[in-house]
Amino acid sequence: MKAYPWRYSLALLGLVLLFNAIFTPGFLAIEIRDGRLFGSLIDIFNRATPAALLALGMALVIATAGVDLSVGAIMAISGAVAAGLVVQPPDFLLHGMGVQPVAVAMSLAVLAGAVCGLFNGVLIGFFRIQPVVATLLLMIAGRGVAQLLTNGQIITVPGDDFAALAIGTTLGLPNPIWILAAMALFFGALTRLTAFGLFVEASGDNPTAAHYVGINGKSLRLAVYTLSGLCAGVAGIIAASNIKAADANNAGLYLELDAILAVAVGGTAMTGGKFSLVGALIGAVLMQAVTTTILTRGIGTEVTLIIKALVVVAVCLLQSPSFHETLRRRRTA
Amino acid sequence: MASLLRMSGIVKSFPGVKALQGVDFEVQAGQVHALMGENGAGKSTLLKVLTGVYAADAGEIEFEGAAIRPRSPQEATALGISAVYQELSLAPNLSIAENIVIGREPMGPLGIRWSAVRERARGALSRLGLELDVDRPVGSCSPAIQHLTAIARALDVDARLLVLDEPTASLDGDEVDALFEVVGRLKEQGLGIVYVTHFLDEVYRIADQVTVLRNGTLVATDTPVAMPRRALVANMIGREAPPEDAAVARSQGPQGAPLMEAQDLGKRQSVGDINFKLHSGEVLGLAGLLGSGRTETLRLLFGVDRPNSGSLHVHGGAPTLTPRRAMNLGVGMLAEERKTDGIFPNLSVRDNMMIVAQVKRGWLARLPRSAYAQADGKKEELRIATPDLDRPIAGLSGGNQQKALLARWLIAQPQVLLLDEPTRGIDVGAKFEIFGLVERLREQGMAFVLVSSELSEIVHSSTKVAILRDRRMVGDAPEITEEAIMSQIAEGGE
Repeated sequence: MKAYPWRYSLALLGLVLLFNAIFTPGFLAIEIRDGRLFGSLIDIFNRATPAALLALGMALVIATAGVDLSVGAIMAISGAVAAGLVVQPPDFLLHGMGVQPVAVAMSLAVLAGAVCGLFNGVLIGFFRIQPVVATLLLMIAGRGVAQLLTNGQIITVPGDDFAALAIGTTLGLPNPIWILAAMALFFGALTRLTAFGLFVEASGDNPTAAHYVGINGKSLRLAVYTLSGLCAGVAGIIAASNIKAADANNAGLYLELDAILAVAVGGTAMTGGKFSLVGALIGAVLMQAVTTTILTRGIGTEVTLIIKALVVVAVCLLQSPSFHETLRRRRTA
Repeated sequence: MASLLRMSGIVKSFPGVKALQGVDFEVQAGQVHALMGENGAGKSTLLKVLTGVYAADAGEIEFEGAAIRPRSPQEATALGISAVYQELSLAPNLSIAENIVIGREPMGPLGIRWSAVRERARGALSRLGLELDVDRPVGSCSPAIQHLTAIARALDVDARLLVLDEPTASLDGDEVDALFEVVGRLKEQGLGIVYVTHFLDEVYRIADQVTVLRNGTLVATDTPVAMPRRALVANMIGREAPPEDAAVARSQGPQGAPLMEAQDLGKRQSVGDINFKLHSGEVLGLAGLLGSGRTETLRLLFGVDRPNSGSLHVHGGAPTLTPRRAMNLGVGMLAEERKTDGIFPNLSVRDNMMIVAQVKRGWLARLPRSAYAQADGKKEELRIATPDLDRPIAGLSGGNQQKALLARWLIAQPQVLLLDEPTRGIDVGAKFEIFGLVERLREQGMAFVLVSSELSEIVHSSTKVAILRDRRMVGDAPEITEEAIMSQIAEGGE
């Protein structure tokens, strides 16, 4: 029997959904309007996508015993790049290429996110700067870069092309859910069909031993922070597309913390080693489910953060072996 | 005389394993009681029950005439039972004094009274007959001093029973003598001492009583005089021990071109003058005292450290080695420090065994499931005791971890394997198995460089022996006997 590290968060997610199913009329109902699915469940998944995307990259970073605090800021950069390129397209976007300028702009924005991640990776992998410090740099400076790109203004993007990414649907489901599914499959394949995941876990579990068996910790760190930046880039364009604007100050604000919590709640230890992508996704959805529940129940939004914190504490306690040991001893004593 | 400690009928089970099946164990005041057994025999479990890490499923513990049931190491310590474990739990950046009184600092109105801290630390050390600079950070001291510091800490709580778990594993000869002097002193002070070791010599040097466990049951308990060496080994492994002096056949000479050749290889402030040729089917023993540069030599050969003088040829080429390149050239290295340089504690035993083969293939080409089945074969071959290879390796005993690490390299099929203290902290039966395996693989054409602080192991397995002294290789031993090697270590090569 395999003990999945995310069993408690999945159980808690089930409880939250069950609670809603009983007390919120029509919570589980999904209806089709204009060829598109509507319902609270769809809404939870849709709204969870930015944090869930960040959590995918964050899970790998945390597995190397690191952390990436800059992903929120990278989202702002990515959004600013995408909106900026669409509003004031440079020549190469206007002439030729035969591609949708919006698609090119968004791809470049994702690339910008990956480059930011690469920058983190170089600082951490090659210059051995501690992850908290290195990514704190970009967490702060990144918003500055985004403000430079937007000249300190909120760039609004007219037209529907830009908004289609976040607001549009494919086969009835909102596009962000498809994007998340694609990224999750890509990360799953990358980490489990190749040995990349094993090397990440080994390197996080015991870096010295990893060196002794020939695992290149530098390139590995470079890769995970770049992947984390890539995730943030994708999350950034979704967030910008959602509000049809690039907001350098508020895009992805504090979302890095949500991502870290999602990873922790999903059963990945902050000390590095084993990680669970499924757990990270469940963690992100759980967080959003709690938020949505509070909103639909009409409980004041001022208690949202406190209830979220209680949920995190509950899951972490359930995951803690020493907590179980204490309970066991209480019972036997 | 009433016993200081009387454990009777101790039972402890873990999922899938009956670790202790009704074990009795008694220690008298002023007695050094050696607790012996193979890996997984139940020694550690028994000690953990005694020190409150585990609760026994059944059985009684009586200490100084009163029934006790410690529920944590703190409780056991408060009762007067202290333990010093093989893997020391000291804070390397704190001073000796701080380490000794940590958690029990004498407090004054203005916080910790540092003068009293030093005073107490000196007092605890003087019980061991030691005078040290107590302000020195523990991390900068030799392993022996670190061990004695840990013992001083254990004594600082007014212990009446002291558990020493393989205290000499990282000490060299003089340091062992110093430790034994301390043990003798404590014995005179009336402490009961439980002594766990894998070195048979030590049993006959200091133990007053020997108890042998096997597979979670008590096999024998007697005085060392009544249990001579062969009987002790037979009790531990449950079968007749192979003759200890069966040295390998060394008739065949070097065959073909050398697999590995070092010329004046060295690294500043590390080790120098390394010269040797290693052919297929040879075992080169590196003999020397602790600190003579044995491990440093292996680090150069495996590319962990970069040499800055001389040359190293592997298969005729002279590459700049990294561990990865060395592996691709068919070189492997079993590192000495199992915990810090070897295992991935939270990964499964299977992943730990397969990782080298996987790294050799590269990250893109994941080993197929069928390849992972090799781990099961190696588990049988090396008799790794675990019910499930898919559980974290941290749950295995030290000796089984070591076997899994050896399996890691064997699965990758290197041509040259560097072994740094391959038998450290493992029991007699496993030692025989490992050296039997080395012998078989050598006959099949593998080559080894063997580092061991036990001369008998070097003599038993090597086809030639190089001597290291003061971080230099001073030449080959003229003949492979303990006397010849010892005299060479002491004065040869001048």
